[in-house]
Formats: sequence, structure tokens, C-alpha cells
Amino acid sequence: MEVSAEAKRIMVVALGKLYSSRTQRGGLRLHRSLLLTLVMKSARDIYHAAQAESAAPGCEHQQQPAAEVVTTEPLGAQDLQVSPPSRTLPEEKVAASSTETRKSAADKENRCPAAQHTRKRRGKAAAEPDFLPCKKAKLEQVNCPQQLLVSAVLVDYVKCGNELGNPIPLQRAIAAC
Amino acid sequence: MGEDTDATPTLNHRGFLPDHNYVTEADIISTVEFNHTGELLATGDKGGRVVIFQREPESKTEPFSQGEYNVYSTFQSHEPEFDYLKSLEIEEKINKIRWLPQQNAAHFLLSTNDKTIKLWKVSERDKRPEGYNLKDEEGRIKDISTVTSLQVPVLKPMDLMVEVSPRRVFANAHTYHVNSISVNSDYETYMSADDLRINLWHLDITDRSFNIVDIKPANMEDLTEVITAAEFHPHHCNLFVYSSSKGTLRLCDMREAALCDKHSKLFEEPEDPSARSFFSEIISSVSDVKFSHSGRYLLTRDYLTAKVWDLNMESKPLETYQVHDYLRSKLCSLYENDCIFDKFECAWNGSDSVIMTGAYNNFFRMFDRNTKRDVTLEASRESSKPRAVLKPRRVCAAGGKRRKDDISVDSLDFTKKILHTAWHPTENIIAIAATNNLYIFQDKLNSEMH
Repeated sequence: MEVSAEAKRIMVVALGKLYSSRTQRGGLRLHRSLLLTLVMKSARDIYHAAQAESAAPGCEHQQQPAAEVVTTEPLGAQDLQVSPPSRTLPEEKVAASSTETRKSAADKENRCPAAQHTRKRRGKAAAEPDFLPCKKAKLEQVNCPQQLLVSAVLVDYVKCGNELGNPIPLQRAIAAC
Repeated sequence: MGEDTDATPTLNHRGFLPDHNYVTEADIISTVEFNHTGELLATGDKGGRVVIFQREPESKTEPFSQGEYNVYSTFQSHEPEFDYLKSLEIEEKINKIRWLPQQNAAHFLLSTNDKTIKLWKVSERDKRPEGYNLKDEEGRIKDISTVTSLQVPVLKPMDLMVEVSPRRVFANAHTYHVNSISVNSDYETYMSADDLRINLWHLDITDRSFNIVDIKPANMEDLTEVITAAEFHPHHCNLFVYSSSKGTLRLCDMREAALCDKHSKLFEEPEDPSARSFFSEIISSVSDVKFSHSGRYLLTRDYLTAKVWDLNMESKPLETYQVHDYLRSKLCSLYENDCIFDKFECAWNGSDSVIMTGAYNNFFRMFDRNTKRDVTLEASRESSKPRAVLKPRRVCAAGGKRRKDDISVDSLDFTKKILHTAWHPTENIIAIAATNNLYIFQDKLNSEMH
């Protein structure tokens, strides 16, 4: 896990450097961008290899760090410009593909200095198109069991109220939450 | 190898405030180069200026000032520019200076920034004509009625004036950033290399150049390596070498084809799988390549080592010198503070027996190829009083046995880096650029090369 944590840190630092290099005087440094991309790629490969290794034995407690990764990375993605997902990469889990799309967006921007499409200002509307698949579906799935729990509590609450001799209509109990 | 190195006075021609650590970024020296006789030394800086130093001839009356370098000329070579089409600023920083061999009284040098190469003529004027018929001493036109006789203007000595003028501007030939220029031994052509292409120019023709190497892939997403340095062979005008970010060297022969994408020789050392790390690719990138004066060997520098290659052996280097191997365990922090991307240069001495390269903490290293001895020296104001002997320094690895005056790896100052060094072509005189200061050291005891 230490290896994958270090790999992740290296990837994050590389992305930070790639993005800050775009505003540097003198324009994009191709050599530096290439080296950063190579470091990021090897860190990403090592990270995925480490994740695959930890997931293989089927330990349940390993799933939680994976879920944490899913929830934190989308927050990071909000700050980054999203390129149209036109790159064809092997699709893995939802988490892996979102990471790769984000990185391939970074790769594409930094490997095509002549394209310069990144220099155009992007309006807020273009930043997050609605039709793109997003990670919300997975989060809602996670939330669903919680909702069921909540309604079970509500039912108990209402029942308690009844026992105390003060009947509370179910609708009011729900509104009070 | 000469251990006793005298220090000549530090040449501080910049605005350096001794009480503060403040350095104007424009004053940072970005290239250092001796001319072919060693009489002149040129430096370029981030502000686009070039300063030329000239060695004073040895005089019998003042024995202690023999062979010192003094400022000869200063001029603004490049200005910041703006590429309107790409919305990019073009830095004025001088990336490289190369002297042309001297063919007449004037000196010529090539200087380049990221995009444009310029040929400068440096000439002296120490006489001026006096006794004009139509002008007076101040240059005002004389009243013709006062002219009663004709005289022939005579050349009279005047205070030496060094004039620098741009003779050629070689522009608009590079899409990417120029990292090297190299003058051919035919004295007619030179090459300029950027990240993906190398162009061949004729010194007299500025409106066109020949592309001789192009490694740009059809799809930029397939890019895996860039050109990091290039140099012509010192004697064979058809041969040149270029280094790549993957750690390989390619020797090309211009007689084989017009486009030298296919190399004649490929110098590559197989990677040691046990030394693989996240940063293997970064530290194997070659930052500088130099032919030996003999033309038989190549010297390369990557982040941690300097290697000598034999042109006749492509499979591995002849010699590998560890410059600062104690940094191998610190690569992650050097990556975070950007030092891992520093590009160090390297240099041969005149007889190709010693190689030199810079390091951190204002240290520079010299390796004697014959005796296998090496030394670490420091370029700093404290240790460089005039005519002082430089004391060898030692860096002790963490946990190692520590002697007095040793410096530990953790106390190294990574902002003080010596990226640019140069060695006099025939004598034991070296020029070291330490941020915005230039140090010139002479080995008075062993001034002859051996």
C-alpha cells in the first residue's frame, strides 16, 4: 500500500507541475512535459498493479480504500478542465476509467503543444456537459442503503410515539427529519 | 592531476548585494564558452545579454596580473519577443554561445535563445582618422570658405573601443525550443537543434536551412523521446552526434542521406533492472554531450553520472563516473522541488585526460581518467580569495563516517547549482558559472596539460 500511496502522490505532483507549466514564460517545455508524462504513466501503472494485487486476495477491508479513492478523485477532477472523452482506452472499473480519462486529457493537452486548443477559454457551460456519464450513479447506489436505514428509523420513531400515547402521523415525522 | 588550484579574483560584474541572498533573475548566467584560443570567454545570461572577457597578456612588470580575464565587451543579444500566432512569449535567455574559429582580426560568435540564432561580429577599433577637410574635430561641417588647403586624413591612436554588431539573424526555423548549436569544422555551416528537429545552416544564408534530423512522430501522442543536445565532430565535417531524453546517443553521417533520421551508430547502455524506480526515465535523460578534442570519445552527462563513450563501442560506455550518487535515495524530494529536471553540462580538458561537471551547493567535480582520482571543489566567495588554493570538499552520505569539514547530504543547498562550466582549450583554466557569478580558476603550478 505504501507503494501505491507513493505512486498516487507522484501522479498528483506530476499533474500539478504539468498544469503550472502551461502558464510559464516561454511556452510549454516539451522535454519537461514528456518526462512528467512518463513519470505519471509509470506511477499509474505501478498504482494499478498494486491495487490489482490488493484486490485479488478478495480482502473486504481493501474495498474501503478503493471507495475513498473514488470519492476523492472526482473532487480533484472538478478543478481540472475536462476534454471530450474521445480517447480510446481499455475500460476497466468506473474508478479506473475516470482516472484514465482525466490523465489522458492531461496527456493530450500536453502532447499537442501545436494544437493549443487548451488556450481557448472554456465557459462554465462547456466545463461539465450534462450528457457525460458521471460518477453520481455509483454514489447514489451507496446512499440507497442509508436511505432505507433512515426510513426504518422513522418507522420506529412513529411507533415509539404511538406507544407513548401520542400518535404522530407518519408524514409529520418524515417532515421533521 | 593538479590539486593546487589558484583562485583568481571573482569577477562580479553583476549587481550582487553581498549582505542579501537576493539575485536578479536576469543576471543568472545561462551559458559559458571559451573561444578556440582561450583568449576570450563569453557568457550569456537569462536577460539576453552577452558579456565577453579577454585574457590580459602576461606582462613582466606586473607578474601577478598575468593571464587574468577582464570584461572586454557587453551587449544585448536577444530581447523578449511575443509570438502572436501562438500567444506565447519567447524568452530572451541565451541558451548557447559558440565561437567561430578566428579568420581575421574580428571575432565572430553565434548566440541563440529558444527560437532565433544570431551571428555577432566583435571587432576592435583603436585608431581613428583625424584631419578631415570638410568636418572639424567634433564632426561639424566646416564652412567651405575657411578651407584653404587640402590635407590627407591620418589615422591616430585612440582609446580602445570594442564594437559588436549583428551580422546575421537566423530566425523562424524552429517550432520547438533550441537547445544546442554547433559550428562545423568546415567553418561554413553550423547546426541548430531543438526538441524534435536539427537544422543545418550556411553561415552566410539566413533565409533557409536544411532539416537533417526530424524525430517528430506523425501523431504527437506517440512521442516517446526528444533531442536534448547535438554537436558536430571536431574534425569530420560529415559526422555529428545527438543525445536523447531516453539516454541514447546517435552518431549520424550526412553523406549517407539528406535526412539523417537513420543513425550510423546508436550508443545505448542497457538499463539495470535492479536500479529501476519511478524516476528512471528522468535521470537517464542526457543533458549534455561533448566530443573529446581528439574526436575519438564522447562525454555525456545525465542526472547522476558522467559517462565517456568510445566511438568504436556502441554497447556501453567506456567509463562511468558517479557525480553525486548520494542523491539516488533523495530522488523523490528532488522531483518535488524540480531539481531532478536540472540540466548539467560537462567539459573536457584540452588533452582529454580530465572531465569536469557541476553539482549542487556550488560544488563542481573533476575526474582524472588516467589516475582515476576525482575531486570536489566549491565555487564560493568564502573559499575563493585571490590566489587562494581551493580546498577539496567531501560530501558524506547519510550515516557514513563523517570527517571534519565534511558536509552532509541534508545540508546541501540545492538552489546553488553549477550547470555551466567551461575549460580553456589548451591550459588548465576553468570558468564556473554559479547562478549569477562567474568564477575563473587557474592552475598556476600545472599550467601545461598532461
